[in-house]
Formats: sequence, C-alpha cells, structure tokens
Amino acid sequence: MIEMFSAVNAALFDFTDYGELLVLVRNSIIAGAVLGIVGGLIGPFVMSRDLAFAVHGISELSFAGAAAALLLGINVVAGSIGGSLLAALIIGLLGNRARERNSIVGVMMPFGLGLGILFLALYEGRAANKFGLLTGQIVSVDNPQLGLLLVIGAIVVVGLVIMWRPLTFSSVDPDVARARAVPVTAISITFMVLLGLATAISIQIVGALLVLALLVTPAAAAMRVTASPLITPILSVVFAVVSVVGGIMLSLGGALPISPFVTTISFTIYLVCRLIGWQRDRSGASGRRVSTKPVAA
Amino acid sequence: MTERADPAASAVLETSKADTPVLSLRSATLAYGDRVLWKNLNLDVKPGEFLAVLGSNGTGKTSLLRAILGQQQLSSGSIELLGEPVRRGHRGIGYIPQQRLIEQGTPLRARDLVTLGINGHRWGLPVTGRRTRQQVDRVLASVGATSYANVPVATLSGGEQQRIRVGQAIASNPALLLCDEPLSSLDLNHQRVVSDLIDERRRAIGSAVVFVTHDINPVLDKVDRVLYLAGGRFRIGTPDEVLRSEVLSYMYNTPIEVIRTRGRVAVLGAPEGYGVHDHLEHHIDDRWQR
Ligand SMILES: Nc1ncnc2c1ncn2[C@@H]1O[C@H](COP(=O)(O)OP(=O)(O)O)[C@@H](O)[C@H]1O
Ligand SMILES: [Mg+2]
Repeated sequence: MIEMFSAVNAALFDFTDYGELLVLVRNSIIAGAVLGIVGGLIGPFVMSRDLAFAVHGISELSFAGAAAALLLGINVVAGSIGGSLLAALIIGLLGNRARERNSIVGVMMPFGLGLGILFLALYEGRAANKFGLLTGQIVSVDNPQLGLLLVIGAIVVVGLVIMWRPLTFSSVDPDVARARAVPVTAISITFMVLLGLATAISIQIVGALLVLALLVTPAAAAMRVTASPLITPILSVVFAVVSVVGGIMLSLGGALPISPFVTTISFTIYLVCRLIGWQRDRSGASGRRVSTKPVAA
Repeated sequence: MTERADPAASAVLETSKADTPVLSLRSATLAYGDRVLWKNLNLDVKPGEFLAVLGSNGTGKTSLLRAILGQQQLSSGSIELLGEPVRRGHRGIGYIPQQRLIEQGTPLRARDLVTLGINGHRWGLPVTGRRTRQQVDRVLASVGATSYANVPVATLSGGEQQRIRVGQAIASNPALLLCDEPLSSLDLNHQRVVSDLIDERRRAIGSAVVFVTHDINPVLDKVDRVLYLAGGRFRIGTPDEVLRSEVLSYMYNTPIEVIRTRGRVAVLGAPEGYGVHDHLEHHIDDRWQR
C-alpha cells in the first residue's frame, strides 16, 4: 500500500534536479505566463459574448490544423493558427445568433477532431506530439517557438487594448452601441480573429481539449466575485497566470502532462470564487447603498 | 445636469438649437417586398419636441427607428439627421431599445452602463477621467439611481434597469432621443416614473424625443405631436387632431370610437395592439376581424 503510494507519488512529483529542470523549462514558464495574460484578458469577452462553446469549436479546428502541419512537416503553430482563424471567421461571419452559432460549432467540432485524428494517424513521428496537441504538454519550447508565441500574444493583447471600450460596449449592449455609431460588426470580426490567435497559442501548452480552462474558467471565476469592468480582467489574468504557470511548475517533477495540473488549479479557483460569490449573495452585500430618504418608486 | 461637461455633446446641441429640424423625413417610404409599411412620410422634428409614434404591432414603428439609425434602407425618400443624410448610427442620438433585460453575469455595474453611453465609442482602455465620472454621478442622480450605482446591472429589476437605460441614453446630452416602447413590461407606477424622467430630461437638455409606444396615456400630457401608423397609412398632428373617431375610423377603414375622459384616451375597436389596456376592445375587435 505504502509502496504503491510512493510510486504514485514519484510519478506525480519527482523533484530531484528541480533547479536544473527549471532552467530548461524557463521558456515554457514564460510562454505559460504569456498565455495566462492573453487568456485572462480575452476570457471576460468570451463570457459576455457567449462564445465558450465557440472557443471549443475553434480549438478543435486548430488541432486539425496543427496535426496537418505535423503531417506536412511545417510549423505546428502556423498550422494551428490556420485552423483557428478559419474556424473563428466561419463562426464570426455565419453565427450571429447564439443558436445559429452553436449549431455551426456543433457541426464543425467533430469534423475538426476527426480530421485531426486522421492526420495524426497518418503521421509517424514521436508519439508525445500526438497526445500533446490534444491534452497538452510541457513543450520544451525552443527560442524561435517562444518568439512566435510572444509575438502572437502581443498582437492579441494590443488588439484587445485598442478595442477594449467599444468591444465592451458592443458585447454587452450591441443595439445601443450600433446606434452610437460603434462599428459593431467590424469589431466582432476582429475579435473573432484575436480569439482564433489566442486559441491557437493556448493549444501549444494546454492542448485542444483543455483550452477552455484557460480562456473561460479564469474569467468565469472572476465574474463570480466582481462586476467591475476593471477588476474582472485583472482577477481573470491573475487566475489564468497562476493556473498555467503553477501547472507547469507542478508538472515539471512528474511524468504527467501539464494539463491536469492547470485544469485542477483553475477549477479550484473557480470553486472558491463561486463560494465567495454565493456567500456574498446570501449576506445580501450587493453594493446597494441603503438610502436614508425614501426614494420615489 | 444643467451644465454640459462634454463639449462635443454640447456642440451637437448648439447646432440643433438653430431652427433646423433635428430630424427630417422627406417622402420616406418603407416596404418589405410589396408590403408597404408607410409611404410618403414627411416629418420634421424640432429641437425639444416630443413626438409619440403610435400604431399596432407590425405597423413599422421599430423599422422607422431603424431607418433613422441608418440600419434600414428606405425604399424611397430620404432622412436627414441634424442636416445630414443618416449614417450608421450617430453620436448625437440617445437610444433606448425595446426593453431587453441585461443578461445575468454581465460584468458591468449600473454606472458602467451609463459611462458607455458617454464614451463607449472611444477606442482604448476603459479609463474614465474625473470629469466623466462626475458627469455619470450627476446622470445617475437625475434618474434616481444613485443608491444602486455600483450594483451589477443584471441584478437590477426591470424598472431599475429601465432607469439606467434612460440615464445611458441621456448621458451624452443627445440632440435626439429614440425610445422604442420604453414603457412596455413596466407596471403603471414605473411607466409614470420612466416617462416623467424622459420628459424632464428632454426639457433640461432640449433633446427632441421620438417615443414609440403602444399606449399614449402615460405620455399624453407630454406629447407635442403624434405620428399614428395604421394599415400602411399614417397621420401626424397633435393628439387632439389625430386621436379622433373620424380620423382613426378612416385609417383603419372600420368604425372606431375614441373616447377621451379624465385626461385619458380610450380607443374602442382598433385592431389589437393599440393598447389602451381594455379587454372590451379586444372582444369588439375579434368580432370585426371575422
Ligand atoms: N428586415 C425585415 N425584412 C422583412 N420584413 C421585416 C423586416 N423587419 C421587420 N419586418 C416586418 O415589418 C413589419 C413591421 O415591423 P416593426 O417595424 O418591427 O413593427 P412594430 O415595431 O411597429 O411592431 C413586421 O411585420 C415585420 O415582420
Ligand atoms: Mg417594435
């Protein structure tokens, strides 16, 4: 019994040569932090635009693109971006209404997954790569790859920062935004492109099946505890960075891929936030100021 | 809110102060396929004027607002807003859409929704200067929403959300306020509160108001003119000129009786949707339809 436990323990955590490993995976941790920032910033918009399911669909096509790239021997990140952008644009152009969008995603997702599995089956490279694209990996991110992630991450962040206010307006209140001459449609398409890019780089670390843990869970957690448009993205970024970087650090010692750690941390944060939000609702601390004067109706 | 902090918004108002109409429709016709909603509509709305748009469901009231917002192409004719042909949306417009509750979980407080009405179109991060924050505080106070300014909008009641909507729409001191059935789904008390609010604000900032409604009664004492749409026809005039038995009977091509009593209007026999909440009317209507 004890033997088994220590065997499991060894598989999960083997921290000999930790420092050495840490240097080796420095790149992964930087990549993880960048992904955390990107995912944390874009997440609240994914939530308020009701795109969680769409993200799942995009990531499946992104996986197919990456698998195709692997098969063809071209850059995997590039393949993954190609797949994501294609999916994001299809959803952005065709799926204006939530129901329409969901059915498009529902049709696209298995197709993308099947295509990806086909490409992987045809590919005869290292087995690690196969699973990695779906369930995540500690890629020993090399310098050019890290450079690519950083550049794409920067594009997404800069894009979001520029459009932040009109994007918020058109996400929560599209009719009024349109009336006030906000280019709602252009913003929506641009957002889908940024979302495609964010998904494509997230897949490199957490894998296609678990992208939601990065792009949705942290934002959902943040939105349980605050409704401030300023604090929501800040918390969401903190949660996402803690999840990814924490997940990478924990996975260093063991044979397990990074994704279970990332998803467990981000899910735990979510649970805690729900509890806090629930507690707050129960105690009635809604932020309402109790007026001393009677207010008309 | 007597002072105007936002120079751009006041500029809009200055132009509208001159005697040019805020809104001007010339031979405006809208048809979907061969179904004509309104034809040869000529209408000038002056600064500060309160125009109620009445008509049953499907007569093209929302379509009229969409045309003014540049989201719906006219079949013929033209619309000018502040002396220019309409474009897709306009900063001089405040808009209260047909009531739709804000979705649960939306990461915005009441004050944020109002702030978006002032600067939501500007690029960049949502950093709001002190002046704008003060302006938002004044708007919130003017719509009686100070006590829930920091509450997530989605958790507010329908009536409270509607006040915030009014605040958002007037926050930029618009030259034209478009309201699409802002009173529907409010109880009588809140109907009064919200319509008083819109009226009081338009007097304070001089906006023209185009107010789409099912029921004229909550705004009867505020309305300058009525645009009545029915069966492809329309009438424009003061409530006394339009809300008359002969006029409506002609428009609906069926006998209709308009009764004015104690400052209220009751229309008997108009097709469903005219909306004086009177069950009798629906029964009579049923018989006439068959
Ligand atoms: N884009 C459109 N294409 C075709 N028909 C439309 C369109 N928009 C509205 N309609 C039709 O035009 C009529 C008027 O619609 P609407 O302006 O919403 O009426 P109201 O607001 O007065 O109830 C309705 O019968 C509606 O079905
Ligand atoms: Mg309508």
